[in-house]
Amino acid sequence: MQQTQIVQDEVQSSAPAHRLGRAIVLTSGKGGVGKTTTTANLGTALAHRGARVVLVDADVGLRNLDIVLGLESRVKHHLLDVLEERASLDEALVPGKHSEQLFLLAAAQSREKDEVDAAKMKALISSLRERFDYVLIDCPAGIELGFRNAVAGADEAIVICTPEVAAVRDVDRVVGLLGNRFRPQLVINRLRPNLVKKGKMLSVEDVNAILRLPLLGVIADEPDIIVTTNRGEPLALRKDTPTGAAYHAIAARVAGEDVPAPMPAAPKVTILERVGSLFGARRA
Amino acid sequence: MIDFLKRLFGQSSSSTTAKERLRLVLMTDHLELSPELIEAMKRDLVDVISRHVEVDRDKIEVNFERQDSALALLANIPILSVSRPIGNPTLVPVETVPSPTAPDVAQPRVRKRRRRAAKKAAATSVAPASAAAQ
Ligand SMILES: Nc1ncnc2c1ncn2[C@@H]1O[C@H](COP(=O)(O)OP(=O)(O)OP(=O)(O)O)[C@@H](O)[C@H]1O
Ligand SMILES: [Mg+2]
Repeated sequence: MQQTQIVQDEVQSSAPAHRLGRAIVLTSGKGGVGKTTTTANLGTALAHRGARVVLVDADVGLRNLDIVLGLESRVKHHLLDVLEERASLDEALVPGKHSEQLFLLAAAQSREKDEVDAAKMKALISSLRERFDYVLIDCPAGIELGFRNAVAGADEAIVICTPEVAAVRDVDRVVGLLGNRFRPQLVINRLRPNLVKKGKMLSVEDVNAILRLPLLGVIADEPDIIVTTNRGEPLALRKDTPTGAAYHAIAARVAGEDVPAPMPAAPKVTILERVGSLFGARRA
Repeated sequence: MIDFLKRLFGQSSSSTTAKERLRLVLMTDHLELSPELIEAMKRDLVDVISRHVEVDRDKIEVNFERQDSALALLANIPILSVSRPIGNPTLVPVETVPSPTAPDVAQPRVRKRRRRAAKKAAATSVAPASAAAQ
């Protein structure tokens, strides 16, 4: 009850009726490339900037976003409860742990993707746009019904791609399916600069020579992401870390600020290289 | 170190391999996605060849195949007749052939001639070219 009140205060205090928020779907085609992680971190960073953000978990049946945000114990109602009018939006919105600006609308765990009514989903996203500056939709993997439902209410798309052949191919397909309406922008996730340097991983340029999408930013393959996910605290809460800062830079770019796309820095010298340098000329 | 050895043995880096595979796989994906493009290519190809020989438009097969380092276009175009009379006034009354592939103005004439030739080839079946049409 108290939570509901907070939501309403939020909404009424600062949502001008004339300006709709942006509904952005985060999608990739391929599974496991980092859609949920990016949604949680981008949402956290946008909220940190003062925007009102709602994260919608559209991965019905495989709910994840609540875990990444550390909100799993607070979810009482979910997306389908709202769509099927068993709960009001205010009852279902879960306030974030670390920000009063951030809310989660969880997915149903024990339901199927085909149980979502696309028209109702669209209507729900529209009403969320009236109440929030950003509606970030965490899309399920695949290009079937779940994808179509997640995309239904969105008006922009961020595609997540890892520097792998299969991921790039799937993003290419998804971008084709999205068409021009969504003006998809690209986040490259899990880049390992040392592997790129050694010619063992596709570079940002390699990937985008093919996809040719506006690049929002690049996130490193970051062991800390696993640690922070374990704790349910998105890395974007730690702006002092390189990857945390990268999410904030991406958020700034999403908000239209003219800052450079974040790019993971060249790695520290590896042990092997250090050993190698003992035998050869030491590099500066 | 391993990189150095690999370079020594002339092995290309795995990212180069990835890039190349990606280029090819997307080329095929994109072709799969646009059958209209394949139709248009087929049409243009046949139009060019038809200027020199008569071909059996109905039996043409155009395929794209992945070969180890490239994408190949494989066309099987049965030739009906190699001697294509030029400016031979046709005596056959003009028949309207529904042509879903090419709304070309020159299309009906070409098709008409081809039909006649096809009948001839089928009847005589002497020319080696006609065998390809069967
Ligand atoms: N930049 C990164 N560095 C290291 N690990 C990462 C990174 N991004 C994501 N991961 C890890 O990869 C796994 C998959 O990430 P995530 O769940 O965000 O992907 P997804 O695209 O949402 O997957 P699904 O398609 O199953 O919904 C998780 O274990 C996550 O912690
Ligand atoms: Mg996910």
